[in-house]
Amino acid sequence: MAEKVLMKGNEAIGEAAVRAGCRYYFGYPITPQSELPAYLAKRLPEVEGVFVQAESEVAAINMVYGAGSAGARVMTSSSSPGVSLKQEGISYIAGAEIPCLLVNVVRGGPGLGNIAPAQSDYWQATRGGGHGDYRTLVLAPNSVQEMADMTVAGFEFADRFRNPVLLLSDGVLGQMMEPVSLPDPIDYDVDSKKWGLGYQGKDKNERNLCTSIFLDVDELEEHNWHLYQKYQVMTDLFSKGEYKDFAVEEHLCDDAEIILVGYGIISRILKTVVEKCRKRGIKAGLIRPKVLWPFPSQVFERLQQTTSNFLVVEMSCGQMVEDVKLAVNGKKPVYFFGRTGGTIPSDFEILNEVDKIVRPD
Amino acid sequence: MSSKVERIILAGFGGQGILFLGKVLAQTGMHAGKHVSWIPSYGPEMRGGTANCTVILSENEIASPMVTVPDTVIAMNRPSVAKFNLKIKAGGMLMYNSSLIERQEFRDDIRLVEIPASEIAEELGNPRVANLVMAGAYSKFSKLITFEDLVAALPDLMPGGKKEMLEINQAAFKKGFDFVEEKKYMFGRYVYSVFKGI
Repeated sequence: MAEKVLMKGNEAIGEAAVRAGCRYYFGYPITPQSELPAYLAKRLPEVEGVFVQAESEVAAINMVYGAGSAGARVMTSSSSPGVSLKQEGISYIAGAEIPCLLVNVVRGGPGLGNIAPAQSDYWQATRGGGHGDYRTLVLAPNSVQEMADMTVAGFEFADRFRNPVLLLSDGVLGQMMEPVSLPDPIDYDVDSKKWGLGYQGKDKNERNLCTSIFLDVDELEEHNWHLYQKYQVMTDLFSKGEYKDFAVEEHLCDDAEIILVGYGIISRILKTVVEKCRKRGIKAGLIRPKVLWPFPSQVFERLQQTTSNFLVVEMSCGQMVEDVKLAVNGKKPVYFFGRTGGTIPSDFEILNEVDKIVRPD
Repeated sequence: MSSKVERIILAGFGGQGILFLGKVLAQTGMHAGKHVSWIPSYGPEMRGGTANCTVILSENEIASPMVTVPDTVIAMNRPSVAKFNLKIKAGGMLMYNSSLIERQEFRDDIRLVEIPASEIAEELGNPRVANLVMAGAYSKFSKLITFEDLVAALPDLMPGGKKEMLEINQAAFKKGFDFVEEKKYMFGRYVYSVFKGI
């Protein structure tokens, strides 16, 4: 590992992307993610890459569609309202099975909302977001180090599954600085994608086509079941296959009477809450989903057998809590605590909620 | 102040170098082998508005980078004292720029450290280094970073910086450090709180 450098989360994504072989960035500025395009505007020309500040989010995502179809490693980034604008393109990209990395540094919504951190785009992120039957793989980092690591992992997953991967971050993670060990650079070969429009290999004997247009009803149904099967493969790999440990972090769950559940920056606050609970004699644990789709339901199915309560904490009015409830399936109570509109809950507030559940008198 | 972790909120006018001061402390902590985090307040702000940031220095891995109750507040202007004074942990420290903040009725359960940072910076010939005077002063109190660490981390903080700037920044660290070393920051209430063992 390289020596650590102090970097903002947004910048760490940019540098990690370059090191992962990404040479194309298309985007449109929006707070709180603008450090990322600013970084790449300077950095990509140094490695003969292409940076385009597009005329709009819609234009940017369709440029990603183009570069991805050609076989390049390509990314875009935005924050909530901008990501909403990109949804049509993301649906096309998912339909045409084009790998790419999407970054959403979430801010307060709905509408223009504000520029403070939030987690209110969970549903949009994990339910596809645009039209049609599709899914994006959703990664949820909780530190600047993971912003870098999951950028690299995101490009690899995208290529492996020929699917868009969404890095779901928030205003705090994007803006904060922490020491980070950057990944070693790799040489990415466009010709590694034999399906790509830019493929120049020797065994090329027919023209490649990347499309999401299937006008024939039977053809589209067949394509959609093909996509569904791919999503099943992804679900298996992340729930019981080789990425099982990547998908989720468990902390002190084995003897826990209450398990706190949170992703992203909230999971860091919950870790502090768990420490404080343990000091006060409350056996608390933490489940942190690192992958939000496919959701790590298996962990909840297992731990509901030993714990008494779950408390889900989010910076929203309650979105991931629905996935937790589906996984726990009514067998144990699932409580929720949320702050919204850009407010970050404090460890004291959450501790108070734990008290209400564990020590109701 | 716990020896394991130092939670600091730094605040002042936009343009006083608050975010950079935070970065100086974080980079120095990292240089000294500590775990660090830095979070800016960001908003639709402009020059002349307020700016603040949160820094944690820690011997152990940092769980939450958010700070509700700081061990120390470094305040560079009057509104910052008003905003953060009551949040400081009992037994914590308020270090303030006495060039811009007059002595007043403060809480008596915190340590008060008065540094005329803007005046010291003026004497050095560059009012913009008042923030670094505070960094030097803070290093005298910190159990996690030293004055030497500050000096060692400085070149990484200003890549390509001119030699004159490097020198004046170092001089600012030194002035702040010496001001505390020579106990010039002490006044009645502080002496009283030392006797109370706070």
